[in-house]
Amino acid sequence: MTAFLQLDQVSKAFGAITVAEDLSFEVQSGQALGVIGPNGAGKTSMFNLITGTLAPNSGRIMFDGTDITRDGAAKRCRAGMARSFQVPQPFSGMTVFENAMIAATQAGGLHGKEAEQFCIEVLDQTALLDRANTLAGGLTLLGRKRLELTRALCARPKLLMLDEIAGGLTEAECTSLVQTIKDIHARGVTIIWIEHVVHALLAVVDKLMVIDFGRKITEGDPHTTMESPEVQEIYLGIAADA
Amino acid sequence: MTPSDFHVTRSSSVTKIAAVLGLLILIILIAAPYWAGRADMRLMGELFLYLALASLWNLMAGYAGLVSVGQQAYVGFGGYMLFALTMFGGVHPIGAIVIAGFFGALIAVPVALLIFRLRGAYFAIGTWVIAEVFRLSFAQVSVLGGGSGSSLPVGIVRSLSSSRAGREHLSYWLALASAVIVIAAVYFFLRSRNGLALTAIRDNELAAGSLGIDIWRTKFVVYIVTAALTSMIGALIFLQKLRISPDAAFSVNDWTAFVIFIVVIGGIGTIEGPIIGTLIFFALRETLADLGTIYLMVLGVVAIVIMLKAPKGIWGLIRTRFDVELFPLSYRVKHSQTAQKD
Repeated sequence: MTAFLQLDQVSKAFGAITVAEDLSFEVQSGQALGVIGPNGAGKTSMFNLITGTLAPNSGRIMFDGTDITRDGAAKRCRAGMARSFQVPQPFSGMTVFENAMIAATQAGGLHGKEAEQFCIEVLDQTALLDRANTLAGGLTLLGRKRLELTRALCARPKLLMLDEIAGGLTEAECTSLVQTIKDIHARGVTIIWIEHVVHALLAVVDKLMVIDFGRKITEGDPHTTMESPEVQEIYLGIAADA
Repeated sequence: MTPSDFHVTRSSSVTKIAAVLGLLILIILIAAPYWAGRADMRLMGELFLYLALASLWNLMAGYAGLVSVGQQAYVGFGGYMLFALTMFGGVHPIGAIVIAGFFGALIAVPVALLIFRLRGAYFAIGTWVIAEVFRLSFAQVSVLGGGSGSSLPVGIVRSLSSSRAGREHLSYWLALASAVIVIAAVYFFLRSRNGLALTAIRDNELAAGSLGIDIWRTKFVVYIVTAALTSMIGALIFLQKLRISPDAAFSVNDWTAFVIFIVVIGGIGTIEGPIIGTLIFFALRETLADLGTIYLMVLGVVAIVIMLKAPKGIWGLIRTRFDVELFPLSYRVKHSQTAQKD
């Protein structure tokens, strides 16, 4: 079985700063991969490389059986990947509903009434329906994070990429978010999720990858990986043999 | 409250009233030859042409983010095409206007491929340079009068209508039609799926690209269509002026600076903005024109004050305060029970 998403020795550097170094990994269809790593480890850059916002210096990216290394962000999105941005990027002058409609009509391939009804359903799921007519620029941080998720879902992706979507949420909000993501995963959507809120991540993912300095440190079963010496060292600064 | 209780509507009572009023005003304006004097009709004709130019510049700069200061390239190009096609091609002036639009689109393709490599301020400067290249090129064409320009032969003018009144009415209606067609085209485009994508590009290019919108292609289409329509309006402008010269045809002041003024004070990135801006611009011009240079200084002061106090223009101010729009572009999600009470 070939992987749904495959990165093959992908490297990217800005001058002396390396954001990805020989990064290789695979995600199988229907899998949920969690990604952790310290700040500045290159997690968001990895997303930018996968979605096409950044072009790699070398390496190859395969998605759904096709080489997409040279494709732009828009083409990759239409091929079935959608992301949320860590720093929310709303269409500020448009309403929440219009933000959702763009994703549904452009990336999701829906039209007319069908698109409208689908957006309403997603907004209900992400608890933004009562703010549907609010200008996106007027949302709170939580609202903007929810809007990021809404847009990604309205794009009807085969691969959903979430970038620190749980950061800054209260415990109750986090629980409901985890449930939403679980539901989406249960429908067969492949997920890659970057998150610092580890307990939220562990509730969903079936594989965990750790990256630092743009390199893959380790990957495997979520709980085993969390307890591995490499992770302990990165997060707690304890030498492995201490 | 389940999702099925909600529905989406695009029109409101305000947009319905605006549509009825708009239609009434249009009928009154079409009948202008029966109630307006010759000078008034000439002024209104000019106003409509500026309204069309401003709406096009607004679509390009306000929505697609293509801040061009070189649209005079297409106004002048269209004007010269009219003269060349009627004088040497024997084409009827009305037909020449349409063909000028086609050629405008054609020449805009290589121009776009060149200047789309530039970003932000460099793009703006690039468009101006291109317009200067157009001006200098047409000044070299001696059959069109070179640097001193030429006049439209009487025979061609007569082919529009044998009487002077007939010509004046026709050119008034053509100007009115151009404004109506441009505003309608902009409206229907923005209301479509592609228009929604263009509005998204206006707000956030990074997110737009990540949601599957082909930014380059969308901007390219907007630039080419704008160039075609601007060329047609240029042809119409010089059909009314009856005389063309490189300096008048490619004037950055007349065809770009005033147009930017109109869009900025009216409200950039809205359909209503250019309409309000055009009315204000002509009101100022008609009251201050006798003051000479002071008139231009007043325009500058008005522009600066509005940019400081209302960066989104007069319509932007009204829209944020009252949450209204005259053209039904936005989507409103309503609860079905409350909607029934409307």
